[in-house]
Amino acid sequence: MSLTRSTSVILSKELRVELRSRELLSTTLVFVLLVLVLFSFTFDPTSAEARRFGPGLLWLGLLFASSLMLQPSFVREQANDTLSALRMTPIKPFAILLGKIASNLLFLFFVELTLLPIFAALYNLSILPVLGRLLLVLFLGTVGLATTGTVFSAITAQARLRELLLPLLLFPIVAPVLIASSEATVGLLSPAAALDRVWLVFLIAFDVVFLTAAWLFGEYLFEE
Amino acid sequence: MRHHLGSATKSTMAGTVFYAVFAYAFLGLAAYAALFVAPTELTMGVIQRIFYFHVPSFWTAFIAIATTTFGSIAYLATRAMKWDWISVSAAELATAFLTIGLVTGPIWAKPVWGVWWAWDARTTSTFVLWAIYVSYLLLRTLVDEPERRALLSAVVAIFACLDVPLVYFSIWWFRTQHPQPVIGDSGYLDPRMLKVLLFCWGALVVVFLAVVRQRYRLEKLRAEVDALRMEAERRGL
Repeated sequence: MSLTRSTSVILSKELRVELRSRELLSTTLVFVLLVLVLFSFTFDPTSAEARRFGPGLLWLGLLFASSLMLQPSFVREQANDTLSALRMTPIKPFAILLGKIASNLLFLFFVELTLLPIFAALYNLSILPVLGRLLLVLFLGTVGLATTGTVFSAITAQARLRELLLPLLLFPIVAPVLIASSEATVGLLSPAAALDRVWLVFLIAFDVVFLTAAWLFGEYLFEE
Repeated sequence: MRHHLGSATKSTMAGTVFYAVFAYAFLGLAAYAALFVAPTELTMGVIQRIFYFHVPSFWTAFIAIATTTFGSIAYLATRAMKWDWISVSAAELATAFLTIGLVTGPIWAKPVWGVWWAWDARTTSTFVLWAIYVSYLLLRTLVDEPERRALLSAVVAIFACLDVPLVYFSIWWFRTQHPQPVIGDSGYLDPRMLKVLLFCWGALVVVFLAVVRQRYRLEKLRAEVDALRMEAERRGL
């Protein structure tokens, strides 16, 4: 089976599992919403401050959410040892990883799309004029989060205390994504509404580096 | 067998003593050079002497990080446990030297910049780097089976190494857009200062080698003990 074909099989399997339960998406949505509201309690931001700090808070909320949301990606396979079944299929290990990265990317992106209008309303930001570029930044940042997060979720699923370990491994590694995407979002929401090319290129570079690393080293994560 | 083990232990013991004495002597001389041989810096005064250990700590940490990465790649390629032992030994030393650097930095910054921690690009990125290697070491404590631990931590170490340039670049670019304290950079370095700096680095590298060697042996002995214990259980002893 070709990589595209097998990846889409895994992806559709992940989507079907999630659509049947819908537990991951609903809990993550509520979680990020709560974080955003709690942040506004601790800052009580004015509109200028909201433009400056809002994007950082949004990305921080998404980062927390992704560390929770990516956890079940592999842990869910352990209950009935379905990962062994996946390994026995004539599918390359990288396709399993890529399918899971793609599904996590879709889940996270869905959460972001749902939250964006609520975020804009809560922090009184006008996002419509920059929506296209904002979605691009969100997408590129989320690719980075989903790639590293899915790989680390495969790693921590095989360790003790995995709920604590995943954020611990993930947060320092994705610090560059957090900086780049918050800064890019700050630029977009500032009065000048400018997108700094450097951050865009940086996000693409991050995504390419870690997708390549996942491709090169992904198979080691599935060894018995 | 017993005789062979005994003699091997004796000769490594001699090596350990030699390395330890050499490292201590080198470190003592380096401290003397940093405190008495190097001239006092004009604007910062005596506090600048902390640089002779602060800067080489980072240089040594980077050697350690390179060793960890190399060991991890070699482990994935060969599956020989010795590469995993080298990786973990070097990673512990990397964390230790980064800690020394991160602690000596604020001690210097307080009198010179007026604050302990200025969030400047270099300290911030180094802190993130430190966090990455601490989490690598934590992961190792949370996976019990040796081969699995070696495999998973090798992948994490490689990801960590790929992240290093990205962390430095992002934070550097982030910080240069924001106000930060001006670091005095006159471009002139007294030749004696440079010599003392390199001498101190030499001392820290010797400490690094001596401790890595010792730590590697410990890891090897642990693996041997585990193997013997399993053998004993298998025979029902």
